[in-house]
Amino acid sequence: MGLRQYLDSIEHHFEKGGRYEKWYALFEAADTFFYRPGSVTRTTSHVRDGLDLKRMMITVWLCTFPAMFFGMWNVGFQANTALAANAELMALQEGWRIGLIQSMAGFDPGSVWDNFIHGAAYFLPIYLVTFVVGGFWEVLFATIRRHEVNEGFFVTGVLFALTLPPSIPLWQVALGISFGVVIGKEVFGGTGKNFLNPALAGRAFLFFAYPAQLSGDAVWTSVDGYTSATALANGAAGGVDAIVMAGVTWTDAFLGVMQGSMGETSTLAILIGGIALLIMRIAAWRIVAGVMLGMIVISLLFNAIGSDTNPMLAMPWYWHLVLGGFAFGMMFMATDPVSASMTNTGKWIFGAIIGGMAVMIRVVNPAFPEGMMLAILFGNLCAPLIDHFVVQANIKRRLARNV
Amino acid sequence: MEHLISLFVRAVFIENMALAFFLGMCTFIAISKKVETAIGLGVAVVVVQTITVPANYLIFNLLLREGALGWAGFPDVDLSYLGLLSYIGVIAAIVQILEMLLDKYVPSLYNALGVFLPLITVNCAILGGTLFMVERDYNMSESVVYGLGSGFSWALAIALLAGIREKLKYSDVPEGLQGLGITFITIGLMSLGFMSFSGVQL
Repeated sequence: MGLRQYLDSIEHHFEKGGRYEKWYALFEAADTFFYRPGSVTRTTSHVRDGLDLKRMMITVWLCTFPAMFFGMWNVGFQANTALAANAELMALQEGWRIGLIQSMAGFDPGSVWDNFIHGAAYFLPIYLVTFVVGGFWEVLFATIRRHEVNEGFFVTGVLFALTLPPSIPLWQVALGISFGVVIGKEVFGGTGKNFLNPALAGRAFLFFAYPAQLSGDAVWTSVDGYTSATALANGAAGGVDAIVMAGVTWTDAFLGVMQGSMGETSTLAILIGGIALLIMRIAAWRIVAGVMLGMIVISLLFNAIGSDTNPMLAMPWYWHLVLGGFAFGMMFMATDPVSASMTNTGKWIFGAIIGGMAVMIRVVNPAFPEGMMLAILFGNLCAPLIDHFVVQANIKRRLARNV
Repeated sequence: MEHLISLFVRAVFIENMALAFFLGMCTFIAISKKVETAIGLGVAVVVVQTITVPANYLIFNLLLREGALGWAGFPDVDLSYLGLLSYIGVIAAIVQILEMLLDKYVPSLYNALGVFLPLITVNCAILGGTLFMVERDYNMSESVVYGLGSGFSWALAIALLAGIREKLKYSDVPEGLQGLGITFITIGLMSLGFMSFSGVQL
């Protein structure tokens, strides 16, 4: 008996009046994970397209893989480099992860395998917690409120996990994803009905609730007792010169061999996934172009103004692009179709607001060295109003044409 | 000049009346279902705020403040305990005068603002603006800029909220949270977004 026959044979248990009626959402999720849903629109309007929300979300999920795998290697590489340089720290390391890593690999920063295993030992538990806790809320709401479990959650989960620093405690991960999924999305009725990006809402919640674990110098390398400033923190202190002094060249930053949140460091890996999304037209190119444009214009403006006291004003745009979460936010977060502007003109404006705001927060706000997350949340707030004005302008233009 | 610009930006983004101080919540929540009306109310608040803050500045500094009555021969009199009473009276009077003036000379704007004009007499963001002015000891030009900025901050916030609430018409909110509940959550999430400005040094 094939899988399709098996699923069909048990389906009646899950339908209304069946024995496991309560678990329909789970059955439906499993079914459509393997097969395309057979039901089609019965009324007059019918969009013929093989791409439904499920396939779209899975594609986004797959496109984060380059950044994810590179991130795992980089977490290990950073940690092993730190351990190799400070041999006395080895004695300080404790916890189940170290035992796990020792049983499978060593601590040699030159070995790809060692780095990868080390990174996986940090990333995979975080991702697993995200997935289990977030999935629990998703299924709970789907079951009680009788909507389908949506693959949007795959995307929220992976994006959330990739924006966290490797050393974050797992209970905070659980708390953050709970906030993101429940308050950020499910209270509004699930995917497509929220107005903030749920992954970022969860991360922002953690960022303001537990600043000690989400910012500062001690959290970006998964080695206890080791502190080192991120490239952006160095930049805030001494501009591009300080970043290069700390050993991060532009090429390093572009390839991603530096400290940072797990998935955000490698601009190259993000661009690979992001360009695939743009080619498949899943991510809106207008938003990405708008973010780039806003970032370039504002940073050129700051370059022109210049300042003796704030070295960030002099940072050129191509450095802004490769540092911190800018590329990740631009490709994966800003292009979230639910929380972005819907109109074409609106997408340009929405993108430009995000790009400009991100640079502004980095440069003029000393409280936060990185601004991409907050800039996108601010953009999400503005998106409905932007759409409103674009639509009104359209109506006005058409009325004027037909007088 | 630079100082005044930074005061304006501060008032609009960092010390946003609605999203950082949560002032003027009753009208903020009640009149934010449609973008057009929200913007109308926002404009009314900007106008009233820009007039009342400097007006109250004059009253405070020429009449109420300790020693302010020196010009009338009472250098020891301190009437600042009459502050709240006077400010509210001034706000109510100015709103009334503004209403009559608009009715007479700009009826189109008067009709557009409709009931919102008298409503903002009791908007705590307006009184809040005046009280912040007194507390922070602004001078005349600063209080004009602060009035304009804080009014604009409230107008911006209510326009954004109205945009979001229009979008949320298509949402599927659990029964217990419909209406007011989800609006409170929305406002909370909005002020999370506005946290990006906290800490900006100007």
